[in-house]
Amino acid sequence: MRRTSSDGRSSENAELFTLTYGAIVRQLLTDLEEVEEVNKQLDQMGYNIGIRLIDEFLAKSNVSRCVDFKETAEVIAKVGFKMFLGVTASVTNWDADGTCCSIVLEDNPLVDFVELPDTCQGLYYCNVLSGVIRGALEMVSMKTEVTWLRDMLRGDDAYELQVKLLKQVPEEYPYKDDE
Amino acid sequence: MQFFGGSEISPSPPAPTATGNNAHMMYVFNRDGVCLFYREWNRPLHTLNPPQDHKLMFGLLFSLKSLTAKMDPTSAEKGNRGVPQLPGQGCSFHSFRTNTYKLSFLESPSGIKIILVTHPRTGDLRNSLKYIYNLYVEYVVKNPLYAPGTPIRCELFNTTLDQYVRSIA
Repeated sequence: MRRTSSDGRSSENAELFTLTYGAIVRQLLTDLEEVEEVNKQLDQMGYNIGIRLIDEFLAKSNVSRCVDFKETAEVIAKVGFKMFLGVTASVTNWDADGTCCSIVLEDNPLVDFVELPDTCQGLYYCNVLSGVIRGALEMVSMKTEVTWLRDMLRGDDAYELQVKLLKQVPEEYPYKDDE
Repeated sequence: MQFFGGSEISPSPPAPTATGNNAHMMYVFNRDGVCLFYREWNRPLHTLNPPQDHKLMFGLLFSLKSLTAKMDPTSAEKGNRGVPQLPGQGCSFHSFRTNTYKLSFLESPSGIKIILVTHPRTGDLRNSLKYIYNLYVEYVVKNPLYAPGTPIRCELFNTTLDQYVRSIA
């Protein structure tokens, strides 16, 4: 299956990325054995990626600070996913006060060639993505909770991530006044 | 600006050095006030020891940001009253100039603050600071041996930065 990602990267690079990610998940399953532990590790890895990725994103995309969470979600779906995974996502399912939404991915390069065996029920294969979003948003002062609602590897028809804003944490003056 | 009050500061700006490197010094802070990076190329006057100097610089910028946002006469939307501004929200200040130096400032929404102090006749350095932010991303953020939130010790970053600053000042 030949696919060129729309940011111009060759399909060989995209395949290498997919295969590398698959190798990481397989190794984690061998090392940790418990599917829940693997989920947690993938999320932690994603978090560590996210706290660095945010600066690259801000430097390359030149977006200014988003006015509200709605704009933030749109920017993640349209600009962020496009820049790093080469796919565009859509934002749906806003709740009444605008603090919770779903990001829906039709296409997901991480899962090319992947089928989950029965021994891995309960595994969130793409859990690194939820960590990345959580880590990146934390660096721009937003504490969020990111969970999977739909997962194509588990039989659903798309990938749906729920992003819930818990609170905004503005900058505080870090030094004590008497020092 | 009478911050240091030193009578040794002469009123005329320093003449450009032979190498053409007119930048005095540079600071990079993160959102927690940690000074990630400090480099000086041409700083004849040191008033405070480094930790105090960094704290003063960070505190100054923190207050200046807050002051400029509060004094903004143009902004129509009020936002949440009483809630401190997030980095990049509201109005952002980008430089101040004295008779002996100009301080240029850039803050990313992730709280990374880049400060460059140059001679007073320097023009608008916003694009240069953006380029330096890109250098930070390429050489520091993407470096797997660098732990975020700790002082930067990357030789490549230092040399590329030196080269670039020499070309702009």
